[in-house]
Amino acid sequence: MLLVYCPYCGVERPETEFSCGGQAHIARPVDPSAATEEDWVNFLYMRSNTKGVYVERWRHTHGCGRFFNAVRNTVTDDFLSFYKAGEPMPDLEELAKEAGK
Amino acid sequence: MSQPFRTEKGGRIDRAGEISFTFDGEQMQGHAGDTLASALLANGVHLVGRSFKYHRPRGIVTAGSEEPNALVGIYRHGDQTPNLRATQVELYQGLEAISQNRFPSLGFDVGAINDRLSMFFPAGFYYKTFMWPKSFWDRVYEPVIRAAAGLGKPPQNPDQDFYGNQFAHCDVLIAGAGPAGLAAALAAAESGASVILCDEQAEFGGSLLTETNATIDGKAPADWVAETIGKLAATDNVRLLSRTTAFGYFAHNYVALAERVTEHLSQPDPKLPRERLWQVRAKEVVIASGAIERPMVFPENDRPGILLAEAGRTYLNRYGVKVGHKVVIATACDTAWQVAFDLADNGVEIAAIVDLRESPPESLLSIAKARNIRVEAGCVVTGTLGRKRIKAALLGKLMTSGQVASGGQVDCDALLMSGGWTPTVSLYSQSRGKVVWDGDKGAYVPGKSVQKERSVGGAKGLYGLQATLEDGYAAGEEAAKAATGKSAKVTYAAASGGEPGEGGTLGALPHDRNASKVKAFVDYQNDVTAKDVKLAVREGMHSIEHIKRYTTTGMATDQGRLSNMNALQIASGALERPMTDVGLTTFRLPYTPTTFGIFAGVARGDFFDPVRKTPSHDWVVEHGGVFEDVGQWKRTWYFPKPGEDMHAAVARECKTVRDSVGLFDASTLGKIEVVGADAAEFLERMYTNPWKKLAPGRCRYGLLLNDAGFISDDGVIGRLADDRFHVTTTTGGAPSVFATMEDYLQTEWPDLDVWITSTTEQYAVAAVQGPKAREVIAPFIEGVDLSNDAFPHMSVREATFCGVPCRLFRISFTGELGFEINVPRRHGKMMWETLAGEIEKHDGTTYGTETMHVLRAEKGYIIVGQDTDGTVTPQDAGMTWAIGKKKFDFVGKRGLDRPDLVAENRKQFVGLLTKDPKVKLEEGAQITTAENPATGTPAEGHVTSSYFSPALDRTIALAVVKNGHALEGKTLYVPMPDGSIPVEVTGPVFYDKEGARINV
Amino acid sequence: MSDVLANDLITPDAGADPLLSLGDVSILKAAPVTRLSFRARPAGVVDAGSAFGVSLPTKALTCEVAPKRAALWMGPDEWTLIAPEEDLGDVFGALETKLKDQPHALVDISERSEAIIVSGEKAAWLLNTGIFIDFSLDAFPVGTVSRTIFHKSPVMIWRTGPDTFIVEAWVSFMDYVAGLLVQSAGELDAA
Repeated sequence: MLLVYCPYCGVERPETEFSCGGQAHIARPVDPSAATEEDWVNFLYMRSNTKGVYVERWRHTHGCGRFFNAVRNTVTDDFLSFYKAGEPMPDLEELAKEAGK
Repeated sequence: MSQPFRTEKGGRIDRAGEISFTFDGEQMQGHAGDTLASALLANGVHLVGRSFKYHRPRGIVTAGSEEPNALVGIYRHGDQTPNLRATQVELYQGLEAISQNRFPSLGFDVGAINDRLSMFFPAGFYYKTFMWPKSFWDRVYEPVIRAAAGLGKPPQNPDQDFYGNQFAHCDVLIAGAGPAGLAAALAAAESGASVILCDEQAEFGGSLLTETNATIDGKAPADWVAETIGKLAATDNVRLLSRTTAFGYFAHNYVALAERVTEHLSQPDPKLPRERLWQVRAKEVVIASGAIERPMVFPENDRPGILLAEAGRTYLNRYGVKVGHKVVIATACDTAWQVAFDLADNGVEIAAIVDLRESPPESLLSIAKARNIRVEAGCVVTGTLGRKRIKAALLGKLMTSGQVASGGQVDCDALLMSGGWTPTVSLYSQSRGKVVWDGDKGAYVPGKSVQKERSVGGAKGLYGLQATLEDGYAAGEEAAKAATGKSAKVTYAAASGGEPGEGGTLGALPHDRNASKVKAFVDYQNDVTAKDVKLAVREGMHSIEHIKRYTTTGMATDQGRLSNMNALQIASGALERPMTDVGLTTFRLPYTPTTFGIFAGVARGDFFDPVRKTPSHDWVVEHGGVFEDVGQWKRTWYFPKPGEDMHAAVARECKTVRDSVGLFDASTLGKIEVVGADAAEFLERMYTNPWKKLAPGRCRYGLLLNDAGFISDDGVIGRLADDRFHVTTTTGGAPSVFATMEDYLQTEWPDLDVWITSTTEQYAVAAVQGPKAREVIAPFIEGVDLSNDAFPHMSVREATFCGVPCRLFRISFTGELGFEINVPRRHGKMMWETLAGEIEKHDGTTYGTETMHVLRAEKGYIIVGQDTDGTVTPQDAGMTWAIGKKKFDFVGKRGLDRPDLVAENRKQFVGLLTKDPKVKLEEGAQITTAENPATGTPAEGHVTSSYFSPALDRTIALAVVKNGHALEGKTLYVPMPDGSIPVEVTGPVFYDKEGARINV
Repeated sequence: MSDVLANDLITPDAGADPLLSLGDVSILKAAPVTRLSFRARPAGVVDAGSAFGVSLPTKALTCEVAPKRAALWMGPDEWTLIAPEEDLGDVFGALETKLKDQPHALVDISERSEAIIVSGEKAAWLLNTGIFIDFSLDAFPVGTVSRTIFHKSPVMIWRTGPDTFIVEAWVSFMDYVAGLLVQSAGELDAA
């Protein structure tokens, strides 16, 4: 059971309080009707499923209820960063380098 | 004499009184402090089981949890728990144990014929012997193999014990309370860290309880242990858990411990759990799991009476038991010599020390000489005699040529062996660390830490008492500092004696016997021999993972802790590749066998899952209602009157609702209050329907899609005020609809001024449906003009019910005049009882979910999740009327334009009428165009709902069928095992097609 | 028990027998109260506090308590406001009036959940039979409020004293939560 940090509550809590929502930073097109078929399919279904450093959406479902993002190494399960929804994606290479030290 | 192998004095047992126990019905005596194994040995019993495959007689090999042979059944509450290790079972008055895998008795076992037929059971025999005919698997091979092989029998009755669960946090968790673990605990506790120290044994101390040839701070090791435990117990923030195995090491320093709470008690208090699962989150972990001795692989190394050397010493020093009167020591390392000396000093005759090494250390030779012990250096054991207990060992002299010359025979009643020591890296391996080969130590040791843990002492191949203690202290200090930032000046205890030994061997020993005739066991429990490992390599298994699975070596309950290193060396020799290239298999959890009970924990019986009840529950129970499970909810399924079966009850309920009135508990429906200036805008974006022009006081059916365009939920939504909506969802969909709404709100449209709140449990809901519904509710409702003009279909008002504030909806899921009354939950019981009393006056009925399903099916209303399956669009369902055509966007709008969703041949929602009105289709049945389609013909669709309709006095069904909307009036078929059923395709509405009954 | 927060607000239900009464821990059903879910943009928070009678905490997982009032932080824009049962109408009205020009949402959830009071030396131990949270006073000081999971049920925990916790669950989950707590406490009574 992973230990997840909620950036809104400011505490680490067991994974059971959270739900993982898959890859983060996949924005829904503002005007979906203008989206091409390819854009829409990419939005709906295409995920990188990275082996390694991956940015995920999490929700503190049984806590404050907020969505936030987490950078997780999918091989080691190490979390490299947690940040609130709406904040920009961190530099993953930089994070990975930092964690590798 | 009772207990003929018990020493006169010494050991940690309570000699004050004897306690009785039975083994296979035979009564014996032991002492408190014994394990079952030590008590059996004290009584001279070595033969305790039969092996898995060959049914060979087997005896106790170890004194710990790695025991491969001495698996027994223990009776408790009249049933037996199988496969417990006798080396871990603590003796208590009246303990009843039985041996396993033997028939008819342990002494005479017909299955032992397998041993003679062993040429038919080579490695991988499962894969080659029982290949054909296929039908024999179920009827012959599987039952026969299952009966002949195997371990204990499962208990016959439900587990009468209960199991506890405890979550815990600590700065430093220490797994193992030998010298390293105790030192680590002292250092961490003195540094101010919160500590959990656990050990799988009944007593803390590990090897220190056996060590007699050393002192710590001038004290006997066992005395130092007692003092240390006293000190730790008196320290705040230190939790000591004996009989507690750290069996699983998971991500982020989450470690699972199994505590045996009452297993060792003769008369356990029924208020205590049998076992307790500790789920620990530790900031830092110290793995002090020690090392275990390796067996030597020589022919017939599995006879009862052959044990690991250190186990012999443990039985002597800790339990006051001699493993034999005349003992051969077979070794390749120094530590076994100390075993010989301890035994000799306690009056055991040492028949010989047989050391593989040409020149054992002079210091040991001189001590042996002083005790007149025969030493055979450069010698190996090449075989043993004795069927149910060893009688003699065959010796062989190693020649410089590499050959072995016969070295005669030595009589003995026990043989103690030591192939050296293997660090216990299981927990480290579970923590996802990669072990590395240490050539100097001849062992795999923990590599880099990938979690916040460190291995200490024997667990990392560090031996010798002083070094182990130092390592433990240092690790405890370091872990405490890392966890808390705090440190303190810790005084290390100093040890003398307990020197580290040298030496060790891996793999099969050379011998002068006929290699094709002898069995030298690598894995005792799974009956894997050195030959099997070599055969696996010859047959093409070149990866250690394949060899393991083909031979099953290392797959027994000790997970190869005894066998892996020997198997690896043998495989490496056969593969002609260095051991480090061959690699080690991964250790998986659990570390030792763990009960299902502890995993199930409290999740059994009434507490398997939350059972959610509505306020009508008690009334329904009193009135004989039958419940069905809908998710965690108990919903009333139907209300049988005396003598009615389900069919009769449902038929009556349906008819009564259509003729007069019915009362239904709709409390479980999900309810979400959507509030804020942008509430209408938000619903506009979520649901397919338009909301902005819906006037306060009005309701609308809402259809929810996912962004792919498929129907995901539905429900009626009422507008209470400009900025406040009361949304209902399906019972099962409530949590996911709420989560989906939060998702869009928070991450796509955070600018909207709107918030959602679940109010599912704020309200109890009664649905009153039927032509007399208005008359039924009228006496209790105040504040609303209930007339059709003032309060038409699809309206909502705030009113009172019996003086209690309520939200009154005029809505219908039956096609009849209908109302749903929402009262604060606390008043739900009162409302239900009031209405149940009232409907009786109108010849009405209470009704359940089954009737609700029939009535809505007669009207062709879909149930999301039953008539839809996540691939149905509004068009497919014939519900394009629910889509707001002029809307800029809603969830799923873009998805609906995707080519596949507008393609021909989509399955569409239709009604089906069987040609024979009495025949009821099966839900899920496939639909075809041909009456008798050839095997493999794809179905055109399937039946989603099927009922007997009392209103139509015939069966009806709903289905999804390819191009179904265009097939109205056509005949299709539902092929069933006893014949194809012809059906006519119809529209989905069977009753009151014009909807007149709703607007009265 | 005077050092216990909100003991004029969350009180044992006088009509109910104790669910559990052991030397080391007891479980009492709490009497009904008014509970409101309040959601707002930051600008409305101060006004809401003045209308309600106690300021709304902005620090995560904390509470603010005044006589007969408590405001619990549930999320960065979510509070549970607790008042005596009979104050429902007044509190609701006062907040709506004060905030009529501010984006906000106020919903009555008084009946959605029930509360029990778990107190005694073994209270934290007992909660830890089903909750994976560190209840040491350093990690979870008095006044801490948090939603979490108890075995398979969502719950809210509010520590009102060193050895006193309010445990709230949705009504239909309370049989499960209270039942398991009582069952798990059974071993404290062992000889």
